[in-house]
Amino acid sequence: MTAIPALAVEDLSVEFRTRSGVVKVLEHVGFSVDKGETVALVGESGSGKSVTAFAVMGILDAAGKVTSGRAMFGGSDLLALSERDLAEQRGRELSMIFQNPRTALNPIRRVGRQIADVLVRHGGATRNDAPRAAIEMLKKVRIPDPERRAEAYPFELSGGMCQRIMIAIALACRPALLIADEPTTGLDVTTQAVIMDLIGELAGESGMATIFITHDLALAAEYCDRIVVMHAGHIVEAAPGRALFDHARHPYSAKLLAATPGETVSLDALASIPGGLPDLRRPDLPPCRYSGRCERRSEACDQPLPQRTVGEHHVVACWNPL
Amino acid sequence: MSEPLSVSTPGPLLDIAELAKRFTVGGKQGLLARVTSFRKPVAPLPQLHAVDEVSFTIARGETVGLVGESGCGKSTLVRLINRLLDPTSGSIRLAGTELADFKARAFAANPHRARIQMVFQDAGDSLNPRYTAADAIADPIRRLKKMPGAKLAARVEALADMTGLPRELLSRFPHQLSGGQKARVGIARAIAVEPELLILDEPTAALDVSVQVVILQLLQQLKRELGMSYLFVSHDLNVVRLLCDRVLVMYLGKIVEQGPAAEVFADPRHPYTKALISAIPQADPAQRADRLRLGGEPRSPIDPDPTVCRFYGRCPKGTPRCAEEMPLLHPAGSARQVACHFA
Ligand SMILES: Nc1ncnc2c1ncn2[C@@H]1O[C@H](COP(=O)(O)OP(=O)(O)O)[C@@H](O)[C@H]1O
Ligand SMILES: Nc1ncnc2c1ncn2[C@@H]1O[C@H](COP(=O)(O)OP(=O)(O)O)[C@@H](O)[C@H]1O
Ligand code: SF4
Ligand SMILES: [Mg+2]
Ligand SMILES: [Mg+2]
Repeated sequence: MTAIPALAVEDLSVEFRTRSGVVKVLEHVGFSVDKGETVALVGESGSGKSVTAFAVMGILDAAGKVTSGRAMFGGSDLLALSERDLAEQRGRELSMIFQNPRTALNPIRRVGRQIADVLVRHGGATRNDAPRAAIEMLKKVRIPDPERRAEAYPFELSGGMCQRIMIAIALACRPALLIADEPTTGLDVTTQAVIMDLIGELAGESGMATIFITHDLALAAEYCDRIVVMHAGHIVEAAPGRALFDHARHPYSAKLLAATPGETVSLDALASIPGGLPDLRRPDLPPCRYSGRCERRSEACDQPLPQRTVGEHHVVACWNPL
Repeated sequence: MSEPLSVSTPGPLLDIAELAKRFTVGGKQGLLARVTSFRKPVAPLPQLHAVDEVSFTIARGETVGLVGESGCGKSTLVRLINRLLDPTSGSIRLAGTELADFKARAFAANPHRARIQMVFQDAGDSLNPRYTAADAIADPIRRLKKMPGAKLAARVEALADMTGLPRELLSRFPHQLSGGQKARVGIARAIAVEPELLILDEPTAALDVSVQVVILQLLQQLKRELGMSYLFVSHDLNVVRLLCDRVLVMYLGKIVEQGPAAEVFADPRHPYTKALISAIPQADPAQRADRLRLGGEPRSPIDPDPTVCRFYGRCPKGTPRCAEEMPLLHPAGSARQVACHFA
């Protein structure tokens, strides 16, 4: 690892104002992604993965507010940039693949044109070459009949295809930082492998750094350099995938793994995670937001959480790690 | 259950034979040209072969998994069996009764409707937002079985109990329920009319792993208790391996391999099945030793050449013979079938 951080998120806290009070959605979130590195964000839905991505991209909705932190990227703090500078960066160096692909595509423009537009605007292609290059891109994401599909409008394509079109658009301009929010959810494993290989290729060739949001732990372990586990707006553990699978140190990470159908021989061997995420509107949230569900909780857990380094690139925020 | 429709017959519960669905593609333009052109004889419109002469059976009490890449025809096949879509040709026999002749449009009122029920991928989207959980569960009973009000209410409560949905949640609307609770409502509703076959299209795809576990365990338990058969569509091959007795592998409208799940996963024969299984994400690098990546481009499902193997062009094995002769599904071992010249 060359260890040039492409993105360093430090002490990021985000709140949402809602009718029923202030929701402390992210608290002191910090992690970094090196050039050419792919870092996975995993955790149950509602744990703050998408909000982390939106905050970094500067696209939180109006009710959301960054209350602390920085996101250093190429020498500047993305959280402090003006809307105009950020929009400029977003087009050229930052790309995001959204969780819901259909809503992110322009419904009244043929998909081939949409890819060509990006190639012209940010990928250095000429108007003449762009249509051909767009079809090449469709081939890369394994769209069958790419020539015909390039002429289609999003509504004429299945959800899985729209998803691959989004991926093609996001990768077309060779971004320095890619944030992919569940990009392969719902795709079959062979197509998923192709997409992951493609991300890996760009990481290797152009040093693209990737934040890969997923709920598939095995996928994260196979294709990502490190896994960051989130729970209720906190990072509870960060580790290389292999280390996490071999020896998860946070009780929540261990439970997530025990619920994942991997090499297990029977369904009965899997166990669900007791309880649910705490209500983040509570004014008296405990320092450890997992403590209400935790079997290892002790008196110490009422103190502010420690950050313990337990191995190489392996950090855990817990008083009683496994 | 001694209803006249479901007289227990020997043989499989579901018997699908040479079932096909072709969609006419080419758009309005083509259609218009067809009717207005007097000058030249027009070529037939292109046909998309979504499901292409598929045959298989499901035994009573059996769980069969259906896997294959997006667009290979899984949903179309499921909609044919569930009689939401009319087949182009072929037969769908449920315990001996031919269902393919009934029109999909009128099937909702057909007495056989109750025998095949479906659990959808996104329980949230498939529930009517203006129905409470109790209404949603009662709805198929109201439509398909005559049941007096008091008995219906008791039945709905019994179904909530069976699916682990707390009774006090029955008066809630979908937006007041969690993902796992909505999944339970979707299952309760599907089993409400005592189907013999339950079709599940990615029932847990939208759920967190911790909730998925509980729902899968519930499905397994219900199957034991009620003796239903399942047709289970999923992209998660680990889940298929854990839940299913047998597995069907589809590629571009064709079944290319089928057999006992344990055997297919341990020793895939068709090159596509091999690629599929080797693409299952593995946390353990030792398990990734023989990764198989498919090159080439998928063939078009539109007017496919009947003499060329559908996998030709992407198949790592592909020989000239594969481009001249379509491989048929043939026995490979006692309970398995493969459609490849070399398997
Ligand atoms: N616009 C919003 N207003 C209020 N709360 C929000 C908003 N967006 C997200 N949240 C809350 O933030 C938390 C994290 O959400 P999200 O980042 O979408 O989770 P994940 O992507 O991990 O599933 C959730 O509790 C969610 O309810
Ligand atoms: N109503 C339709 N009209 C035309 N083509 C269709 C229609 N429904 C499905 N198809 C096509 O049929 C093929 C199989 O689709 P589908 O059954 O949805 O696959 P899967 O569920 O395996 O992803 C695809 O090529 C799809 O584009
Ligand atoms: S800090 Fe305490 S309550 Fe929180 S996870 Fe660790 S042991 Fe459990
Ligand atoms: Mg999200
Ligand atoms: Mg489908």
